[in-house]
Amino acid sequence: MHLFWMLPTNKRRAGLMTFGIIISLVGPARAFTAYVSNEKSNTVSVVDTEKMETIKTIKVGQRPRGIELTKDDKYCLVAVGDDDTIQVIDTKRGEVIANLPSGPDPELFILSPNGSLLYVANENDNTVTIIDMEKRVRLGEVQVGVEPEGMGISPDGKILVNTSETTNMAHFIDTDTRKIVANVLVDSRPRFAAFKSDGAELWVSSEVGGTVSIIDPINRQVVKKINFGIPGLRSEAIQPVGINITKDGKTGFVALGPANRVAVIDAVTHEVKKYLLVGQRVWHMSFTPDEKYLLTTNGLSNDVSVIDVASLKVIKSIQVGELPWGVTVTKQ
Amino acid sequence: MNDIKSDLVGNTALIRFAVLALVFVLGLDLAARAQDPLDIKIGYLRRARHQETISLVQMPPPDNGLAGAQMAVKDSDTTGRFINQRYSLIDLHLKPGDDPATAVGQLARQGILLIVADLPADDLLKAADAGKEQRILFFNVAAIDDRLRQKDCRVNVIHTAPSRAMLADGLAQYLVWKKWTRWFLVVGSHENDKLFAAALARASKRFGAKIVQEREFKDTGGARRTDSGVVQIQQQMPVFTQEAPSYDVLMVADESEVFANNLPYRTWDPRPVAGSAGLVPTSWDASNSLWGGIQMQDRFTAQFKRLMTALDMQAWTAVRMIGEAASRQNSADPKAVLDFLKGPQLALGAFKGQKLTLRDWDLQLRQPILLTDGRTIVSVSPQPGFLHQFSELDTLGYDRPETQCKLQ
Repeated sequence: MHLFWMLPTNKRRAGLMTFGIIISLVGPARAFTAYVSNEKSNTVSVVDTEKMETIKTIKVGQRPRGIELTKDDKYCLVAVGDDDTIQVIDTKRGEVIANLPSGPDPELFILSPNGSLLYVANENDNTVTIIDMEKRVRLGEVQVGVEPEGMGISPDGKILVNTSETTNMAHFIDTDTRKIVANVLVDSRPRFAAFKSDGAELWVSSEVGGTVSIIDPINRQVVKKINFGIPGLRSEAIQPVGINITKDGKTGFVALGPANRVAVIDAVTHEVKKYLLVGQRVWHMSFTPDEKYLLTTNGLSNDVSVIDVASLKVIKSIQVGELPWGVTVTKQ
Repeated sequence: MNDIKSDLVGNTALIRFAVLALVFVLGLDLAARAQDPLDIKIGYLRRARHQETISLVQMPPPDNGLAGAQMAVKDSDTTGRFINQRYSLIDLHLKPGDDPATAVGQLARQGILLIVADLPADDLLKAADAGKEQRILFFNVAAIDDRLRQKDCRVNVIHTAPSRAMLADGLAQYLVWKKWTRWFLVVGSHENDKLFAAALARASKRFGAKIVQEREFKDTGGARRTDSGVVQIQQQMPVFTQEAPSYDVLMVADESEVFANNLPYRTWDPRPVAGSAGLVPTSWDASNSLWGGIQMQDRFTAQFKRLMTALDMQAWTAVRMIGEAASRQNSADPKAVLDFLKGPQLALGAFKGQKLTLRDWDLQLRQPILLTDGRTIVSVSPQPGFLHQFSELDTLGYDRPETQCKLQ
């Protein structure tokens, strides 16, 4: 008889569970579902990350861009700017079930860490709108700079960061008082803001300036700027937009727009390690929850590239709708 | 003698007191200034122009250009609110016969050393030379004359308006890309029409197109629009364009708005029209929604209840350049502004899909050229395949090796 069966039942169970976990770690990738907003088709593509193909297309409002799942994966939120609303897609039913009072021309938005509040950048209105997610009502707004766009939130939910494209600033907003507490000047046309998971750094991409500013969230100062140089590409074509940083804070990925590449950055030293060629006009990105894959939206080639995070290789292109803009992946 | 001495002693005491008082007042003033916002005053100098257009919808609005500058002041002021800067615009309208040099003096006396110039070329040069000693920095937002970037360039004049050569090159690149390389060129009889025709001819040589024939359309005077004019035009235009050698596209140079817009759909041969009518090269058009342009159009229309013109955009860009320089250096000193704008740090966002920078050899703003039929943006130049070792934008207009400009 095998030694295993001589163990008491509870230990046997624990052993099996450990075995099961090991299987899941080394076994095939788990299937997650990715939602991709297609700015031109007015649709959201639903992508199976294991099969690596589009399994469904959902019709939404005009000009879908910013997209994010709720913390429980029950709903997928998508900003449809030309309809001046954020639509709520029921992920089980795969259809739009409600509209949120987002204010005019919403583009990017972010949920508070506990998922109860939604902060929306209203590009045409120089405001950030705050929405109560349970009641789906507007709670208030904050006046910011010209053309607010990028939205980041500190892991503790206390500081909301909004970038304004024409004012060229990252505005730090205290989420309790809803007042701006600091403004940090960055390079031209800041598009996106992302905190490291431990909150120690804030990264802001400047599309026209061609840089990523690393901001110390305590002193609220730019401590470093990441520059990009790709042989054979003129500097105007390098336009950083989406930023994703691994949970361990060690690797950052920056989508470089019309440079058609994603920069891989050592997030500790802030050195660019590698450029990965993806599709045309790469815009936003999302990790699968196990961080095995990073999905990128490639606006001009109408596809999503799949980057294998461990090997830093682009392993697959998945056809989606026209002008894919944003992407979000389920947690389960 | 004694009297004089005691007077002197008295005076010394007075002077001492005055100096102390002055030091005290200055100290107070400095302390106050620490909290006072940095005032950035910008002049908008313009000359009344009456431009008749063939199309009623293209009549320039009375605040053409000025509105763009006003919007940029508002935009920059929003940034300023966060960094303790205050922007204001002073509009100075020259009447016929007014000397631009006097106007510059008037603005300088109000402490205005940054001037957006919405002036014809000769007026601009007079203004720039009058302001040279006080180091006044001008932004040419209106004059497209290449000579202002060539032999008549000035060290204190930045150009946000594209030059004629840039406009012609932008159009030519697209037509060559389209393989419409045989051009029938029709030119108006005014000086500026001929300059545009020369720019088109230069572009044809640079990019490999051929002008198969050139004709002049004489301005014989008369109204641009009349109640029954359409009947005559329908007779006149086909006849005027008949018997041309085979061509792909009719290129028309008519900046004076005498006849170009009467050509589309009325040519003898069924051919597209480009240049001053049909497909037109420009820095901006109200139909442009590319690269976030929709936000710009929406903001402009909300504020001014009209569509945004190219001149509005060129003025907006000028004031935003000042805003960029001032916000990044916390100074509105003309030298500091110029040094920043000329340098490598400038990366201006102006809804053109890429950063805009200055050519350091002639102070011309590098920019893509939009091609529009007035309803949509047909294309944007530089076109794919027109390469350059430094910036593809330098395939438009006079490049560094061709420049005759000596900045001093």
